[in-house]
Amino acid sequence: MMQEIKQDARIAPSLPVISETKMGVEELDLFYGEFQALKDVTLDFPKNEVTALIGPSGCGKSTLLKALNRMNDLVDGCRVDGLVSLDGDDIYRDVPVNDLRRRVGMVFQQPNPFPMSIYDNIAFGPRTHGIKGKAELDVIVEQSLRDAAIWDEVKDRLKKSALGLSGGQQQRLCIARALAVQPEVLLLDESTSALDPISTAKIEDLVVEFASKYTVIMVTHNMLQALRVSTKTAFFLLGEMVEAGDTDELFTHPKDSRTADYVSGRFG
Amino acid sequence: MLFTLAAAISILAVALICVFLFANGLPAMFQIGIPEFLLGTTWKPGSDMYGIFPMIVGSIYVTAGAILVGVPAGILTAIYLSRFAGSRVASVLRPGIELLAGIPSVVYGFFGLMVLVPFIRATMPGRGLSLLAASMLLGIMILPTVITVAKNALDAVPKSYYEGALALGATRERAVFRILVPAAFSGIMAAVVLGVGRAIGETMAVVMVAGNQPVMPNSIFEGVRTMTANIVMEMGYAADLHRGALIATGVVLFVFIMLISLLFSAIKKRGEER
Repeated sequence: MMQEIKQDARIAPSLPVISETKMGVEELDLFYGEFQALKDVTLDFPKNEVTALIGPSGCGKSTLLKALNRMNDLVDGCRVDGLVSLDGDDIYRDVPVNDLRRRVGMVFQQPNPFPMSIYDNIAFGPRTHGIKGKAELDVIVEQSLRDAAIWDEVKDRLKKSALGLSGGQQQRLCIARALAVQPEVLLLDESTSALDPISTAKIEDLVVEFASKYTVIMVTHNMLQALRVSTKTAFFLLGEMVEAGDTDELFTHPKDSRTADYVSGRFG
Repeated sequence: MLFTLAAAISILAVALICVFLFANGLPAMFQIGIPEFLLGTTWKPGSDMYGIFPMIVGSIYVTAGAILVGVPAGILTAIYLSRFAGSRVASVLRPGIELLAGIPSVVYGFFGLMVLVPFIRATMPGRGLSLLAASMLLGIMILPTVITVAKNALDAVPKSYYEGALALGATRERAVFRILVPAAFSGIMAAVVLGVGRAIGETMAVVMVAGNQPVMPNSIFEGVRTMTANIVMEMGYAADLHRGALIATGVVLFVFIMLISLLFSAIKKRGEER
């Protein structure tokens, strides 16, 4: 915590508000078998802000994202050293994994609606966590779809298969599905990279709105997207976190020459 | 040309079997009378009474029992192999299942006769040679079919469905039974249907453990005779109408298998459309 305050003061001295940390990573090493995918990463994610993780392919940014809700557990031979915390609790020791994943929702790169109706897609999460009443579910489904700005497009076909939607609609459905379990943190793993520009813009607008309610952490290949949407940015290279700070600052006055090269488009 | 010829051979074989079965079986069936043949409950070749209803029922019971034993175990194994088994466990399990598929049915029969039947005789009513023994043995025999087909269906479900469910905080079990299994449903049904086909056609192992009395069984501890058993047990000495009645039993069996095969294609087609 102390370190975080110091860092903030150093990078953005003009900011009067010191934001609260929602999730934090300390001295994180992550291995896939012999390969070290993350090297000694320390980074805080401030509450109710959008943090973008940028860097070239294979730099570890998606790996870090998946460490935050333990989706890396599914990978054979994945080993994690160091601390990952949510509200100060160690997520690998003190938080049951299914609670963690409810509180830290995730939207994937490819839209992955379940092969069932739109309604059942959204209701799956709440049902998982014990909500059975039809009336209650109806309210959650409508609210989630509204929050993901897709209600008007699907309200007349809730019982139809979600696989009939367009790619952009499917991705917003997946966002609604993630919102339906009332997460505190939302992880977006290049969630617009498979979409057309119009769908991308819709999702970017959503993410900006979400910042008032959720802590958003997004991996993106698109630097303009990071600029448009995020308030904090961290730059990764070969498993190391090179630099992190306010997005505007990092893009206009990068401290590290490698960051400068990347954001000016010299590689990656 | 060579390929066409090769393909023609299998078609020709099916056609010849069809012609043989129906040409020899149907006249006998008409002579006995179709209702008397299909629904008659007395099989007494000595008195020219040829009712195969007990055998039809026997085949259905034995097959249903095999499904009850083999399908749940087979599907759970397929799920385990498809999602949970580590590579080390899978490397033992997979060859084991292949071996299970390769064991000759007479060896299964021996196993049933020497292990299952004495066990049932010792712990349950009846003489051991029973519907129960046949069902349990067939249940084991259909495992490789059910596991292989169901596993292929489960493997074909995109990994992202499973991950999506886990990412919402679902347990692995919930992700499997609420997302994975429904998504693979038509393939799993196909596995069941193929298992049915395997069970209903099995002869040797069933003959060795089922008791083979040509009467309606009143409990699972009683003996039962299937259609296949009926044919193989009496064909050696049958002549005239008796022989015709056995071939007609084969016709009924053939129709059963054909229906199962049609059902299988229908399920597969539905799965592909979805």
